[in-house]
Amino acid sequence: MILKKYSALFALAGLLAGVSACQTNPGTHLQTASGKAVQTASESSVSESGVYSFMLKNGLKVLVKPDHRSPVAVSQVWYKVGASYEYDGVTGVSHALEHMMFKGTENLKPGEFSEIIAANGGSENAFTGKDYTAYFQRISSDRLELCLKHEADRMRHLQLNEDEFKKEIEVIKEERRSRTDDKPTSLTYERFNAAAFINSSYQQPIIGWMEDLHSMRLEDLSQWYKTWYAPNNATLVVAGDVDPQQVKKWAEKYFGVLQPSDIAPPKPRREVEQMGERRIAVKVPAKVPYLLMGYKVPVLKSLMDKGENESDIYALEVLAGVLDGGDSSRLSQRLVREAEIATSAGAGYDPYARQQTLFLFDGSPRDGHSVKELEAAIKKQIVAIQNKPPSRQELDRVKAQVMASSVYEKDSVFYQAMQLGTLETVGVGWQKKDDYLKKIQQVTAEQVQAVAKKYLLDDSLTVAVLEPQPTDTTKPRSVRRATGGRRGH
Amino acid sequence: MVIKKSLIAFSLLVVNGISTLVFASPDIQHWQTSNGAGVYFVPSNDIPMVDVRVVFDAGSARDVEVGKNLSGTALMTNGLLAEGAAGDDAQVLAEKFEAVGASFGNGSLKDMAWLSVRSLRDDKYLQPALINLKNILSFPEFHKASFKRELERLKISVKAGKQSPSTIASLRFYAELYGEHPYSQPSQGTDESLKNLKLKHLKAFYKQFYVAKNAVVSIVGQLTTEEAKKMAEDLLADLSSGQRAKKLPAVKELSESKTIHIDFPSRQSSVLMGQVGMARGDADYYALYLANHAFGGSGFGSRLMHEVREKRGLAYSTYSYFSPMHAPGPFMIGLKTRNDQLDEAMGIIGVELNKYVEQGPGVGELEDSLKNITGGFPLRIDSNKKIVEYLSVIGFYDLPLDYLDTFVDSVNKQDKKKVDDALKRRIHPDKMLTVIVGAKN
Repeated sequence: MILKKYSALFALAGLLAGVSACQTNPGTHLQTASGKAVQTASESSVSESGVYSFMLKNGLKVLVKPDHRSPVAVSQVWYKVGASYEYDGVTGVSHALEHMMFKGTENLKPGEFSEIIAANGGSENAFTGKDYTAYFQRISSDRLELCLKHEADRMRHLQLNEDEFKKEIEVIKEERRSRTDDKPTSLTYERFNAAAFINSSYQQPIIGWMEDLHSMRLEDLSQWYKTWYAPNNATLVVAGDVDPQQVKKWAEKYFGVLQPSDIAPPKPRREVEQMGERRIAVKVPAKVPYLLMGYKVPVLKSLMDKGENESDIYALEVLAGVLDGGDSSRLSQRLVREAEIATSAGAGYDPYARQQTLFLFDGSPRDGHSVKELEAAIKKQIVAIQNKPPSRQELDRVKAQVMASSVYEKDSVFYQAMQLGTLETVGVGWQKKDDYLKKIQQVTAEQVQAVAKKYLLDDSLTVAVLEPQPTDTTKPRSVRRATGGRRGH
Repeated sequence: MVIKKSLIAFSLLVVNGISTLVFASPDIQHWQTSNGAGVYFVPSNDIPMVDVRVVFDAGSARDVEVGKNLSGTALMTNGLLAEGAAGDDAQVLAEKFEAVGASFGNGSLKDMAWLSVRSLRDDKYLQPALINLKNILSFPEFHKASFKRELERLKISVKAGKQSPSTIASLRFYAELYGEHPYSQPSQGTDESLKNLKLKHLKAFYKQFYVAKNAVVSIVGQLTTEEAKKMAEDLLADLSSGQRAKKLPAVKELSESKTIHIDFPSRQSSVLMGQVGMARGDADYYALYLANHAFGGSGFGSRLMHEVREKRGLAYSTYSYFSPMHAPGPFMIGLKTRNDQLDEAMGIIGVELNKYVEQGPGVGELEDSLKNITGGFPLRIDSNKKIVEYLSVIGFYDLPLDYLDTFVDSVNKQDKKKVDDALKRRIHPDKMLTVIVGAKN
């Protein structure tokens, strides 16, 4: 195919639908101010997959994944806070704070951290998701100590400056215009998301509503910083050409001196049951119609909280693979190549979030076909798998791809660190990574059929349709727009 | 191929003048297949996998060689290879890769067209993937039905480009800057050219350009040299030798400044400003690379970012880059800003560019850039994926085998005088093309 993923789904679902952190289960990361909740303070353990883990006395979790292929290291600090922790009126505050984290501390002037990293040949940035805010550096491994030193500094000693904030909030508005307001598919996704969730904070755009950005104040950020930025609400992940014992020493030296906070978990805001289909249109200047469909589905964390069997999660993953795991999968084969209804069609599911999320479909119709026909064609594929389990060949193909990916991912130290940080921060624990391959291999065709029947229900569906309006500016129209992305700095 | 940032060397580095970093240099092995394709191989034994990438001088710069107003030919040809080959249809070809967990990729830009496969090393996975790749390369069938379908999809993609201010700006920028040169034409084609496109054009394009002498094979993975040799030889065995594509025509530089403002209902104005830059192998390459790094090529450390974003909050992103290609690619400055601050932001960029060409980078700026480039070198080659892409660039552009080994040295040999001199000779603020897409007031 010429256009692999012209569909916006992975840009959107992967990055925006995002993942989240867990605060509903005390014990795991609720720490007292004295840090006494952590008994095994600093005993490190190493897992089957070679991940060293330990916790500092102040509650900072540290994960180290040595990989000596290249003399480089990745450092990531993950905070359990993101857009889903926010409430009405301050949407976007996690992301705005992330931007301001580069604007100086009691020890460094604005931009100086970035200058130090650059002068040492490193690259750095940060990103905000629904359930996390994370900061990272990639650097020659003999410079790792610098990263830890300054990350620790800004965890507790940020200096929020009004003049810097005034400029930076304008930068963030430009980011919003560029990522969302001027991108019809992103805009559609933002509105779709806001329509799909009724009371869950997953309805909020990560970058924040423009209205909230206009009224954001420095005090909102300093409150947010005080509330969430503490060692007992963070995970340090280091991967690459490093010695775990040395990392531990540095972690203790720089992060170990920081005071923990009393962290109150966010309100649960678990999504109420949907009682029937929800449907919206998004009319903006555009050229190509676009369809988004989402069904409410559980995530690993929501099933763990309820003490339910986790196998549904892995079956949903395989379902996504059968539908859209490569060019031979059903949506490409049947909708793009055979029926020739779609110019692109995709499906996606991300099991790593704090709360229940959406199993997504998206696509654009071919000329001569309507979005309505595309929706009907996608539903036909859903019904097909609800009526008949996938073939042996399809299942084997998905499992082979997952198995191969588990080898390929070793080529990226950064990606390995991302996985650990995500799992830990959304509250399922980084160890779940070790289970993944095995759990996928155990999924049966009948289980895939069963989850399609159980979750892909008309009454829990939300549909959004981008209805293109003229881009000809001689016909002025007033369009109010908005969206959000995970992204940093 | 448009690469924002360029490559840098392996081997012994002096970082920052403080510590010496001994970095095992990937050992690049090079030979030719018996039918004349260049092969570049780096053994990498840590992970049981193999990456192979086959690159042809068959990008859209070659579209004009099959006929007039046929842009999109290169992209369509490349895309149709895996739509039917050696008796298998698209579905079967995709299944054959995916059943063994291999990932297949392909694509086509202005200079290069490529096919790539990543596979597990074990022969029971690797061999079927290689056979499939070989069939796609050697025996594509160019079926009418898939041609029609993919052409329709491409037309919608071209249409989608018209809802993106950045895409509109970029297409217009190349069209204006390159005039009659093949680089002026969009790889995706235009509404008109896609109407002209016929299956026979794709077949002719394939026959002329998908030949061994016009190919470079890059391999990185858990293989011995013998295994890699056999692999490359087998993979291309059924391609005819053919001829290497001829040299692209020279590029005419702009003689005066030109500004185009396209009215579009967007919140931001997307700005591209630039001129003809340089080709691969240019004598000023290292001086200009360094000059650009400090000006707009290094994100937060760059002058553009500092003046436009950090000092004034006028944009989320602003940057500059050279795209060295076979023929001189552009030097380009990019900016997106709210429509009503367009004049202010562009004014600052204009002032900074003039000042930079007149005075050159500050001594501190130059030092910072050198430190970043030198110290950051290991990051650029820390995965098989990156190395295999670099091998393709070295092979495709005939860069010397020690190009990477000497890159840091070559950059370090630059000084303010050389950089200032190159800037003055090569960047002409009075002959800039500016394309703006956004709502006029």
